[in-house]
Amino acid sequence: MQAQPRVLTILDYASALLLTLATGMVFFYAPTEAVMGLVQKVFYFHTATAWVGMLSFTVSLGAGIAYLRTGNRRWDLVVLASVEIGMVFMLIAIIMGSIWARPIWNTWWTWDPRLTTVTIMELIYAAYLMLRQGIEDPDRRARFGAVYVILGFVSVPLTFFSIRIFRTIHPVVIGGSDPQATGSFDMTARMLQTFLTSLVVFSLIYVDMLWHRIRLGELADKVEQLKLRLS
Amino acid sequence: MNVRSQVEKIPAHPAASSIPFRHYFQAIGAVVWKDLVAEMRSRELLSGMLVFSLLVILIFNFALELDAATRVSVTAGVLWVTFTFAGTLGLNRSMAVEKDNGCLDGLLLAPVDRSVIYFAKVIANLVFILLVAAIVLPLYSILYNVNLFNLGLIWVIFLGAVGYVSVGTLLASMAVQARTRDILLPILLFPIVIPLLVAAVKASSGFLQGLELAAIQPWLTLLVVYDVIFTAVAFMVFDYVVEE
Repeated sequence: MQAQPRVLTILDYASALLLTLATGMVFFYAPTEAVMGLVQKVFYFHTATAWVGMLSFTVSLGAGIAYLRTGNRRWDLVVLASVEIGMVFMLIAIIMGSIWARPIWNTWWTWDPRLTTVTIMELIYAAYLMLRQGIEDPDRRARFGAVYVILGFVSVPLTFFSIRIFRTIHPVVIGGSDPQATGSFDMTARMLQTFLTSLVVFSLIYVDMLWHRIRLGELADKVEQLKLRLS
Repeated sequence: MNVRSQVEKIPAHPAASSIPFRHYFQAIGAVVWKDLVAEMRSRELLSGMLVFSLLVILIFNFALELDAATRVSVTAGVLWVTFTFAGTLGLNRSMAVEKDNGCLDGLLLAPVDRSVIYFAKVIANLVFILLVAAIVLPLYSILYNVNLFNLGLIWVIFLGAVGYVSVGTLLASMAVQARTRDILLPILLFPIVIPLLVAAVKASSGFLQGLELAAIQPWLTLLVVYDVIFTAVAFMVFDYVVEE
């Protein structure tokens, strides 16, 4: 068994350290928002985890296309790894959003376009995992998985538009803020710094986890091959 | 893409790459004809879908208490849920028949482009689902005393059915090759057809409530966009689904 690469170990420690730093910044550096108060602090990690979710689903699409073009098994590992990580981070984003929405929107959940789209996205990737489970042949599993990831990714923006035609209440903090949205606010310089730091930190955590997960997949493949050789 | 280049390299099937356009459509026609004739003789797919649709409508009758007041607002929803469920049944069956009897391998051996098989199956499934709709609509009209003979509604059903079968045929050919095939198709299909269903239900209820065309236009556009995008994507990836 090969040892863990040195860079990966450094990345582990760096992301743990930076996560502590970002948490510290959220609580002690960023000012408390005037209207919403402390609950607004959810925003920094909510946006960062949602960003990681979107990033990983995009990566899985790219890896899926790459798999179909090259037929290289490594890309299949990247698709699977990225989907798993994306699902977890999206779930974290949804839960954090609910915690924020309870005092601000006065409800845990509403059928707003973004919320609905994200939920359907989770269902699509859950279906992806079930599809994988149902197929034994690794080659076919990888091919079908890649095809499904492409189809799922294409349908997500359409879902968003289809629900968007009803009015949205989800605030847009970055770029063109809609004053109609409940719970939107303007960021001060310190808030922006905290926000960008959490984005970078969570992206780093994503890279770190993706690397670990791909390594795990490769090791599992190797175990499988060794088992085959034994029998 | 690599499949097509492999096919071109095989000298035994020179026709594969140099099939003229007309032959392409003839091949599609032949496979569609085969499906229709098989269905004419067995009638198991259509009768299954039909009885199932009627049962779904019956269940809705009790579940929603479809009295005159609620009927106006929920008819579009009930119809589309019925078509969606019955459609899953039909799609699964139409691909399972090919897979179980080894017909799919036979089709794949034919010296034609793989997309011929895809488009032929899409057309056959489309015919089945439209036939079911053609029987369910008048029955629903009689049973619930709503007039469903609306040209707009028929258009929406056609556009919706095209999108539904174009994704459904691709996913069904994936699902039948899996161990868990009976439960897999709806799980794979439903999250992907949600935008289609939202648009179809909204457009249908718009036509049924007699809204002006400008209010329904965005939904119709969305339906067309969905049909075009998903037919194109499915056409591009179908090779990878039937590859052995």
